[in-house]
Amino acid sequence: MPKRTDLETILVVGSGPIVIGQACEFDYSGTQGVKALRQEGYRVVLVNSNPATIMTDPDMAEATYIEPLTPEVLERVIARERPQALLATLGGQTALNLAVALAERGALEKYGVELIGAKLESIRKAEDRQIFHRCMQELGLDVPRSLAVSDLASAESAGRELGFPVIVRASFTLGGAGGGIVYHQGELLSKAQAALEMSPIHKILLEESILGWKEYELEVMRDRKDNFVVVCSIENVDPMGVHTGDSVTVAPVQTLSDRQYQEMRDDARKIVSAVGVETGGCNVQFAVDPGTGRRVVVEINPRVSRSSALASKATGFPIAKIAAKLAVGYTLDEIANDITKATPACFEPALDYVVTKVPRFAVEKFGEFALDTAMKSVGEVMAVGRTFKESLQKALRGLENGRKGFESARAASEEDLMKGLATPSSSRLEFVKAAFERGMSASEISKITGIDAWFLNQMEELARFEARLGREKITAELMQEAKRLGFSDEQIARARRTKAARARALRHELGVRPAFELIDTCAGEFESKTPYFYSTYAGAPSLAPAPSAPAKKTRASKSRRVVILGSGPNRIGQGIEFDYCCVQACQALREMGQESVMINCNPETVSTDYDTSDRLYFEPLTLEDVLEILDFEKPLGVVAQFGGQTPLNLARPLAEAGVRILGTQPKAIDLAEDRRLFGRVLKSLKLLAPRSGIAENPRQALAAARRIGYPVMVRPSYVLGGRAMEIVYDDASLKTLAAKALSASEHSSLLIDRFLADAAEIDVDAVSDGKDVFVAGVMEHIEEAGIHSGDSACTLPPHSLSPKVLDAVCRATRSLALKLGVRGLVNVQYAVKDGTLYVLEANPRASRTVPFVSKATGVPLAKIATAVLMGRPLRRLLSAKLLKAPPRLPYVATKEVVLPFIKFPGLDPRLGPEMKSTGEVMGLGPDFPSSFAKSQEASGMSLPKSGAVFLSVKDEDKPALVPVARELLRLGFSLIATRRTKEFLARHGIEAAPVAKIGEGKPDVADLIRQKAVSLVVNTPSGKRERADGFIIRRTALELDVPFITNIRSCQAALGAIAAAKATSAAGQDARPLQDYYRDLAPEIRAARAGRGMRVQRRPAAV
Amino acid sequence: MRQAALLVLEDGAIFSGRSCGAAGEAFGEAVFNTAMTGYQEIITDPSYMGQLVAMTYPHIGNYGVIPGDEESDQPRLAGFIAHEICAKPSNWQSAESLPDYLSRRGVVAIDGIDTRALTLRLREKGALRGVISTVDLDSQSLLRKVRQSPSLIGADLAQAASCPKTFSWSQSGGAESWRLAVMDFGVKYGLLRRLAALGAAVQVFPAVADPRDVLAFSPEGIVLSNGPGDPAAAGYGVAAARAFAESGIPVMGVCLGHQLLALAFGAKTFKLKFGHHGANHPVKDLETGRVAVTSQNHGFGVDTESLPKFLRATHKSLNDGTCEGLAHAELPVFSLQFHPEAAPGPHDALDAFARFAALMAERRRRLASHA
Ligand SMILES: Nc1ncnc2c1ncn2[C@@H]1O[C@H](COP(=O)(O)OP(=O)(O)O)[C@@H](O)[C@H]1O
Ligand SMILES: Nc1ncnc2c1ncn2[C@@H]1O[C@H](COP(=O)(O)OP(=O)(O)O)[C@@H](O)[C@H]1O
Ligand SMILES: [Mg+2]
Ligand SMILES: [Mg+2]
Repeated sequence: MPKRTDLETILVVGSGPIVIGQACEFDYSGTQGVKALRQEGYRVVLVNSNPATIMTDPDMAEATYIEPLTPEVLERVIARERPQALLATLGGQTALNLAVALAERGALEKYGVELIGAKLESIRKAEDRQIFHRCMQELGLDVPRSLAVSDLASAESAGRELGFPVIVRASFTLGGAGGGIVYHQGELLSKAQAALEMSPIHKILLEESILGWKEYELEVMRDRKDNFVVVCSIENVDPMGVHTGDSVTVAPVQTLSDRQYQEMRDDARKIVSAVGVETGGCNVQFAVDPGTGRRVVVEINPRVSRSSALASKATGFPIAKIAAKLAVGYTLDEIANDITKATPACFEPALDYVVTKVPRFAVEKFGEFALDTAMKSVGEVMAVGRTFKESLQKALRGLENGRKGFESARAASEEDLMKGLATPSSSRLEFVKAAFERGMSASEISKITGIDAWFLNQMEELARFEARLGREKITAELMQEAKRLGFSDEQIARARRTKAARARALRHELGVRPAFELIDTCAGEFESKTPYFYSTYAGAPSLAPAPSAPAKKTRASKSRRVVILGSGPNRIGQGIEFDYCCVQACQALREMGQESVMINCNPETVSTDYDTSDRLYFEPLTLEDVLEILDFEKPLGVVAQFGGQTPLNLARPLAEAGVRILGTQPKAIDLAEDRRLFGRVLKSLKLLAPRSGIAENPRQALAAARRIGYPVMVRPSYVLGGRAMEIVYDDASLKTLAAKALSASEHSSLLIDRFLADAAEIDVDAVSDGKDVFVAGVMEHIEEAGIHSGDSACTLPPHSLSPKVLDAVCRATRSLALKLGVRGLVNVQYAVKDGTLYVLEANPRASRTVPFVSKATGVPLAKIATAVLMGRPLRRLLSAKLLKAPPRLPYVATKEVVLPFIKFPGLDPRLGPEMKSTGEVMGLGPDFPSSFAKSQEASGMSLPKSGAVFLSVKDEDKPALVPVARELLRLGFSLIATRRTKEFLARHGIEAAPVAKIGEGKPDVADLIRQKAVSLVVNTPSGKRERADGFIIRRTALELDVPFITNIRSCQAALGAIAAAKATSAAGQDARPLQDYYRDLAPEIRAARAGRGMRVQRRPAAV
Repeated sequence: MRQAALLVLEDGAIFSGRSCGAAGEAFGEAVFNTAMTGYQEIITDPSYMGQLVAMTYPHIGNYGVIPGDEESDQPRLAGFIAHEICAKPSNWQSAESLPDYLSRRGVVAIDGIDTRALTLRLREKGALRGVISTVDLDSQSLLRKVRQSPSLIGADLAQAASCPKTFSWSQSGGAESWRLAVMDFGVKYGLLRRLAALGAAVQVFPAVADPRDVLAFSPEGIVLSNGPGDPAAAGYGVAAARAFAESGIPVMGVCLGHQLLALAFGAKTFKLKFGHHGANHPVKDLETGRVAVTSQNHGFGVDTESLPKFLRATHKSLNDGTCEGLAHAELPVFSLQFHPEAAPGPHDALDAFARFAALMAERRRRLASHA
């Protein structure tokens, strides 16, 4: 069936800020979908609150709304744009839930909007676990026994009936949020309560436990003619009980026979037909009893998902793109396979390699957590190898967590080892390795871990071989076998007690080099036209005519090629923002007539979509892997400044290996990153920095701190995201901290700075070509310095800085960029205290705020930087006016962050110098209060308009509390406070109702929060002597979804926002597309937007 | 360490690996199969007689050998090639490891070779003759032997693959409402299983059985099975196909059976460059417009151009447009190039059996109304 001609405008909904369980894979799918719809000639209207996405780039959709993802806002957008259809299957659980909400409030019917991609009926069938279970039983399929409950009493009896352990699951939630494993009656009530809270429909399911069963996923597609394909089958290495998002997973399925697999496929087909998935992709999850083969259905997701992104990357089959086409009427046989260009999309990819995905956890931020049914990982690495062994080792070294492959946990005791095996965690594979080293057998380990013996046998081979590596003489054969098994040069070096460079040199001498093979969807059966590669050492040395013809052909000739190093797995501090920059760089190179070559190992990203760059290498970002690609590609140069700290750290060793780094040189990077050198630069420019010192051991640290004066800020060098950073108030805490921090950084030195208390913080993004500097955005943080810039809200333009300070900031940025020798992007962070400007740090690379600045100003910063890297002078790219002063905006943009605290029980939800946020949103408005209000709404913080506010602030904030309290009263709120705060307020003539401190009577504060008698909690933790009750207050508010603010400046901004919200009419603020905002920009900004001076000079067309 | 082995192709390519099955020397036509599961079915599929089958999926043998998953009573292919064959399988149904099975059943097999390189070579040059040897490790001597080995073009292998004498396929369960005759040109158990599952008493006849003997069994439907080799070399099969088609009894041809039917009606067959061997081949039903992901295994095809007027192409490969199914305009005769019984592969095309049953039912009704 051809595409539908009755549709003209289609509304696409994105997934909002990056949160655990819903990350940049939805930018990848959304971008693909939007592109596909536009190619088909539809007008696309897009709504997504996340500015760091490629999909919200203003030339992707016709109308781009960076607005809060709420039913109200969407309804306003629908009223304004009048789309005929809504495509909600590309934006994760968020978009799907919004579609249901819009349908339920009658908005779709009112405006005649058709839900495409998935029908309401199907969404309900798939998402409501109870309806789904009934549907499965009608099909004769097996599901775990389960009971739905919506109150605690019935939860209790259900628990008794099903027996323990029992699984708690909430409907319509994401990443297993709210769910968990309950081992005994004792913990059932609290977990059931929490899950009920999290379910938007206040319904949960208690389910028979099938912990330890084998877990599988099928990524399928179905069209309206009932054509059905399984794009990819995935097997979890971690058995049931560990969320698939947290499991090591492998594609294709490894341990099922054809008959077993085809029966599973038959089930999947039955399920999607019954649920009514008929125009898109769907993920179907199964569990199989390893002893009997009994197969049960776990769940389905009738939309694109994290797994579908993985499946697309693993097979070359673009699920989201094809889902979008199916949604507008095409059938699978009418769509071509992009990779071969010759065969249709209606087929099942055949793999001749193995794909392994390994999750990345934020252990360095939140500690080790036992894994369960609720997802906790923040990113993932995908690796491709000919065998599981090769791909597993590549994935593990791609994680960038210090491990260079399949390595063991450091000196675990017998007891630790057994515990490490039995409890799923981010380091379980390290315990598995340790167990092999201790002589345990695969079958013993399988019994303890539930990991299938097949995987363990493979791992055992690795452990065995590693022992040989340390013992035997290295011949070409042994080296080849080591590499075939995926051992990195570093692992080989470690086994031989030598340096990686030596191991590499030896390997080259022995002639052991990788082949670059194609991901071609068809196992080599057809010629593939899309250059999408992975490296492998599986090619056994063959005696006569080397069977390597295709490898040669992939080598393009002339070097117009530029290699862009990606940012690897998402982690806190390095996520989608950097991928955004890499993608823009690819686009810019294409516009300039250059070829882009992308290297990255993160399957969730747009950068690893095969049509983002001209050539894509799905490889770990280690020196070894990058060098081999460069040697094969022979590019003009390498771009290391867009992917965050990962490529920046590679710049020096690459340069030492003779690679040409485009843009800022390693020497300049050192100038900025080495505190001593940087200090000298600042001095020469007469710029101030907080007093500071460097220490290499705890003793030096103490001395430095005493000289500088407490409080001090302590941090290791060469890390991103404020890892192991802390504010220290005395000797004792400094001693413990120094010991801990010195182990977090490979370049073990500690930077100790005077902590600037109560200072305003400023972030600046700029581009320099060595002559001119374009200061693109000066952002003022809402929170004071001391709260990591990645966790602060900020506004563009600044909302309170004086023109004098602003001017000083611009001047300082310019002189710094020039002095450091920046070519390309630079980010500088400042603090202003008592009118004095201090430089906190300069990062000679793209920063987290580049997408925000680009969206806010409309100037594509990363693209301009790319042009500069390629030698275009800024003067040709931008008008003289922009080179003098930052773009002036006739509106205000505010960035707000989202935090993952809810996923980590027991964690204090407070901010500090160590970054913890996972994502961000942007709010646009005519002024600061309105844009701040929008940013809050978009980040999920629903500021109350009335009710009681509980106040409890640290002493330093007391003076600021008085006006805050008065304003709250003026806005019609009532106040609640504990005794001391109440007395303090009373002294200023402000009345507050009393409440008992925790443990000092009933009801206490926490009780009030639990009873929802409080509509807002303001609690600012003291740095020095934080008491335990502050933690309980914040945590209770968090878990009960009561808005809470932990910072006095945010509180002030929030009051402004509440006032603004109260002032606007009931209809709320207008939703306005970016393209509309941009129309009000000055002509020189619009010219910069259009990319003046970027495009290749085209020869005039012959007439 | 396992014993060394060599794979040598007629174009001079040499791959060294390890022996993974029986000792010996195996000659055949090297082909690749892209199915990611189902090696056991492939090894025992009689259609692979005379062939050295290379699996493109690198891990083979993971789930071992499972009783009941074989497609005939013994391994049939000439030799087996893989990147890595697993000696320690893991599956609740597994009874034996693949290397043990291969050795025990006398199959010469090699692993440790770059199967992707081999596949690309076969894709470019077409199917090549080859040898796997664990006894002679002199590549030049092997190359000489390969070049002297017979080719599959013009090779009649169906007789050898067939059962020596007629037998009835018994399968538990279900009433037997149809009488079916299957011409065994190297039939897969999967086909027999699916036919029996229709509720049929299945009688299997040798490839060279006299058509009159088959008709004397008074079948209500006749199936021309799959099988190895060049259809043009199996004249007896073509003759039988013609006799059955003209009898008015519903006839279904599968794979080789499909090609024999085409030849019987005067169409032509040809050798495909490297054949279709895999479990992911999209086939469009030209009548319903629906696409099935099918299991395929054939080196020859029916030339669509050569079809007589009364034979219509009902199915087409979406990969290369070749003919995947035929139906006769008047007679209750149809045939499929792919394997509706799958084994291994997706079960998307099982409706072919219902279609066959419908033809038989129709005939029964007609006979009843005549009576
Ligand atoms: N009945 C069960 N017993 C044991 N583990 C389970 C059970 N149901 C689900 N799980 C585990 O919980 C994880 C999340 O459950 P799932 O239904 O997939 O929810 P989500 O929507 O969060 O993906 C699964 O990946 C699986 O490992
Ligand atoms: N001397 C200081 N006084 C006050 N706050 C500081 C000081 N140095 C750093 N900070 C705070 O710590 C955060 C992280 O420090 P920064 O040097 O930017 O590290 P990162 O490299 O992690 O971005 C800053 O955003 C700022 O809020
Ligand atoms: Mg799931
Ligand atoms: Mg910083």
